[in-house]
Amino acid sequence: MSSAALLRPGSDVKRWKYLDNVRTRPGAFIDPDEFDGQAVVDNMNQMKILVIGAGGLGCEILKNLALSGFKNISVIDMDTIDISNLNRQFLFRHADVGKFKAEVAAKFVEKRVKGVKITPYNCKIQDFDEDFYQQFQIVVCGLDSIEARRWINATLVGMVDDENPDSMKPLIDGGTEGFKGQARVILPTMGSCIECQLDMHAPRAAVPLCTLASIPRQPEHCIEWAHVIAWDKEKPFPQLDKDDPEHITWLYQKALERAREFNISGVTYSLTQGVVKNIIPAIAATNSVIAAACCNEALKIASSCAPFLGSPGEAEPNYMMYSGNDSIYTYTFKHEKKDDCPVCGSKAKTLKVNPRWTLQELIESFATLPEAQLKKPSVRAEGKTLYMQFPPGLEEQTRPNLGKTLEELGLTAGTEIAVTDPAFMGVTFNFNLSFA
Amino acid sequence: MLKIWSMKKEQQKAENAAGAESGGKKKKVTAAQLRVQKDLSELSLGSTMKTEFPDPDDILNFILYIEPDEGMYKGGKFSFTFNITPNFPHEPPKVQCREKIYHPNIDLEGKVCLNILREDWKPVLNLNAVIVGLQFLFLEPNASDPLNKEAAEDLRSNREGFKRNVRTAMSGGTVKGQTYERVVSQ
Repeated sequence: MSSAALLRPGSDVKRWKYLDNVRTRPGAFIDPDEFDGQAVVDNMNQMKILVIGAGGLGCEILKNLALSGFKNISVIDMDTIDISNLNRQFLFRHADVGKFKAEVAAKFVEKRVKGVKITPYNCKIQDFDEDFYQQFQIVVCGLDSIEARRWINATLVGMVDDENPDSMKPLIDGGTEGFKGQARVILPTMGSCIECQLDMHAPRAAVPLCTLASIPRQPEHCIEWAHVIAWDKEKPFPQLDKDDPEHITWLYQKALERAREFNISGVTYSLTQGVVKNIIPAIAATNSVIAAACCNEALKIASSCAPFLGSPGEAEPNYMMYSGNDSIYTYTFKHEKKDDCPVCGSKAKTLKVNPRWTLQELIESFATLPEAQLKKPSVRAEGKTLYMQFPPGLEEQTRPNLGKTLEELGLTAGTEIAVTDPAFMGVTFNFNLSFA
Repeated sequence: MLKIWSMKKEQQKAENAAGAESGGKKKKVTAAQLRVQKDLSELSLGSTMKTEFPDPDDILNFILYIEPDEGMYKGGKFSFTFNITPNFPHEPPKVQCREKIYHPNIDLEGKVCLNILREDWKPVLNLNAVIVGLQFLFLEPNASDPLNKEAAEDLRSNREGFKRNVRTAMSGGTVKGQTYERVVSQ
């Protein structure tokens, strides 16, 4: 099929001309016999893609995806627009302050890119279950929290059903901090997941508590002192609300007093806010570089126009790090899947059990499982500690459960249990209960 | 897109297809809980430490009891609350001493100055590293990282006097105007 046949009349033609050239012509990485350009375009036209976060990265991602030919986009963000967002979150205007980010961003992009449908969800990702995430083919994250990343990662890994290839949703994760950033592609259960890569995130730099308590040298030390020591001691309000100006003012005054005492200058209200909320200045350029990398991966995965990050293979990279701190540096590498990853290390296997078994009987049955042969297993289910061999105190507390039946313990078909055993240092076995 | 799915199929064929089926709605155990379960089963408490879980179903919150069998704090019984956030092990556990004690690295509110609980925490560390660290604080109180400045000064300038003050404080006495909690068993 010639690409000219795909160019429909109207102003749209020009806008999509180069994109369609990429999508409809067989490239160097394509098997020309199997290539069907029209199928690629049709597939992308009906594909549903989910964007998580409509902030600094999210605004860029939404704009890029819309301009990359994705027609059906959804976006989740629980936040509302703050005046401090306006310098880089370019889909928002002054009049939008206080409105939901997802909603405003969706409207703006829909208006500017004709033919794109964007569905906003003004809520938390945790408000949805697997059925919701099942409807998408690709998930792109522009998040600022590790907790949310771990949640969506565990959810997507848990959704993979070997019988149904559609249940494996590629997760493209972007992240920035100041001049540094990363873009990575996770193919849940096929390669390394976010939990496998948890140690790639440097925990926030902290100052020793004793420095804060005895010899502050910097204005930040005085603020941290007010935050972690003075607040707990005086408890001016029952719970610290980092968004309450009254609370920040209290901390600011305390920090100022302490700074005077030690002859330190530089404590200001905005510095107090920054230290307490752990604000790292966001750089618009970093966001756009990382969002571009993420959306490139989305386009490559959706259209197969070029090899993408994360493809399974011996040395195929899945992680691109970027640093703009000292000129520009990027490095792309393969992060290995961890065998003992608590999320993707072992897929939950189905375990046929009798609901009238006691927990003791269940635990004894693990000893004869061909793949595990667990001699001293500890067992937990979501929200419930069934039996722990260690530490001794917890063993004693959970021992009475051994005599109860699975039914009495409230275990139902489909409950996932996690089993650990000291003989298998670090490996967690997951089982899905199925009642025989 | 279609390409990944066929690759997934191939990868599966290569692995064994054991236990493929999964039924019903899954109730997930969170990643932090999994990691804590793992850490707990690797805990070596010895004879001087004990844990207590106010709610055994909530393994993210527990109390650790330490009864040092040597050093200046021998004979005392100290307890620490462990509060583990859903961000564990990205974030360290929050640990606080429940008794008011006389110690250079623990303040009167129970805050603990231990490097791996703050600035030197890494996700590769585990709960065992933390409890070893706490135990060490009782064996070797450290005057150069003071949280209770007076106690640190005391330890630095007059080790024998500091020892006596620790004994006084542990039996519920008053040291430098502060009355401490009795932590020795009758």
